[in-house]
Amino acid sequence: MPNRKLTVAITGMNAKPDNPGPGLAVSRCLTESEDFSGRIVGLSYDALDPGLYLKDYCDTGYLLPYPSSGDDAFLDRLTAIHEKEHIDIFIPCLDAELPSIIRLNSVINEMGIKTFLPTAEQFRLRNKDKLVELSELAGIDCPRIEAITNATFFYQCQDDNWSFPLVVKGLFYDARIVHNPEEATIAFKSIAAEWGFPVLVQQFVKGEEYNLTAVGDGKGNMIGAVMMKKMALTDKGKAWAGVTVLDEKLYDASHQLIKALQWRGPLEVEVLKDTKGNYNLLEINPRFPAWIYLSHGVDRNLPLALIKLAMNEKPQQYNALKPGIMFIRYAQEVVVPISKFESLIVNGVSDR
Amino acid sequence: MDNLKDAKALYHRLALSENGFVFDPVSGQSFTVNETGIELLHLLQQSTDLQEVQKALAGIYDAQPNELERDINDFTSSLSELMS
Repeated sequence: MPNRKLTVAITGMNAKPDNPGPGLAVSRCLTESEDFSGRIVGLSYDALDPGLYLKDYCDTGYLLPYPSSGDDAFLDRLTAIHEKEHIDIFIPCLDAELPSIIRLNSVINEMGIKTFLPTAEQFRLRNKDKLVELSELAGIDCPRIEAITNATFFYQCQDDNWSFPLVVKGLFYDARIVHNPEEATIAFKSIAAEWGFPVLVQQFVKGEEYNLTAVGDGKGNMIGAVMMKKMALTDKGKAWAGVTVLDEKLYDASHQLIKALQWRGPLEVEVLKDTKGNYNLLEINPRFPAWIYLSHGVDRNLPLALIKLAMNEKPQQYNALKPGIMFIRYAQEVVVPISKFESLIVNGVSDR
Repeated sequence: MDNLKDAKALYHRLALSENGFVFDPVSGQSFTVNETGIELLHLLQQSTDLQEVQKALAGIYDAQPNELERDINDFTSSLSELMS
């Protein structure tokens, strides 16, 4: 790492208990690492994102315009923040913002802000509607999946050998298990309203979820893989507790994907091991997961590795992954004067 | 258990705690067994020859051979189901 202190801007500082953003966990990995020296600039879309109020993990915080406001609005805001904060590295952590940030990546780099992101093509290839092709690359199965734009699908799908329960998914976020056409239609409308079209329908498979997170170096190598079995889930299916495992098949499948895509940047591979022991590819997320703090817990600090790659340095060599290290998430409150909230609402910046 | 090689690999990878807690580092599954279960798992880690294991258990526990055989088979099949 360079001797000078780095300023790292991180998005996804929301931390809602049922579906937390990864930004706060990324910040924890960095701020608690002995090898990191610098400042964290938290970037959020909502003045109530708790990460902005946690002084141990966020030196200062700013509000961003929603991605739907367009690239120009985002770039103007980032330029204004950069003029004040002199950002060295930018780590976006939310799926919905990534398409525009990847589009603007060269402009952001020209501003003097380093990133380590997938290309637009790599990002497109890992889309949820490409899972069948990706599972073939990984050498594992994939539950049947279809992109739909009309809820009439749910009333006709059984003629085409679909069977309930099904999983209805947004293109970026959200997944709901539905048991009949009526439930499916409600889920379809709600997800379409929030995340747009198409909506994805996946055949439900019973089993246990295993996830892998790593960083691709853009040359086909997988850096510092951490694998975890989900032990408890929130209502939204997010991990509430998990334990590290050494799953060779998940490791090999993920390595194949990274190699085939020449993946550059962080990623999370989600698989489901069904009751017969078959692996099914569920998703590839193009960012760190919310449970990334576990990587720090097993001495494989992946956000730190990402920073090194962004700085064109070699990431450190890791020892073998330790199985049997658990995380258990918890919720707690941060108490702040309303002036801090006021500052974010009125000025778009935290007042510390 | 599909074959002996798989069984051997499974028993060897299990982390056994003397208080009966068992953790599989590959599947992430954990469960508890009683004192006899721990004894049996230790024996299975040393040998996957069920006759040898049965003989060793007969030296420790006062039980009929057919009873021991049945218990060992029940235990190993429950284990492979749990770990699959």
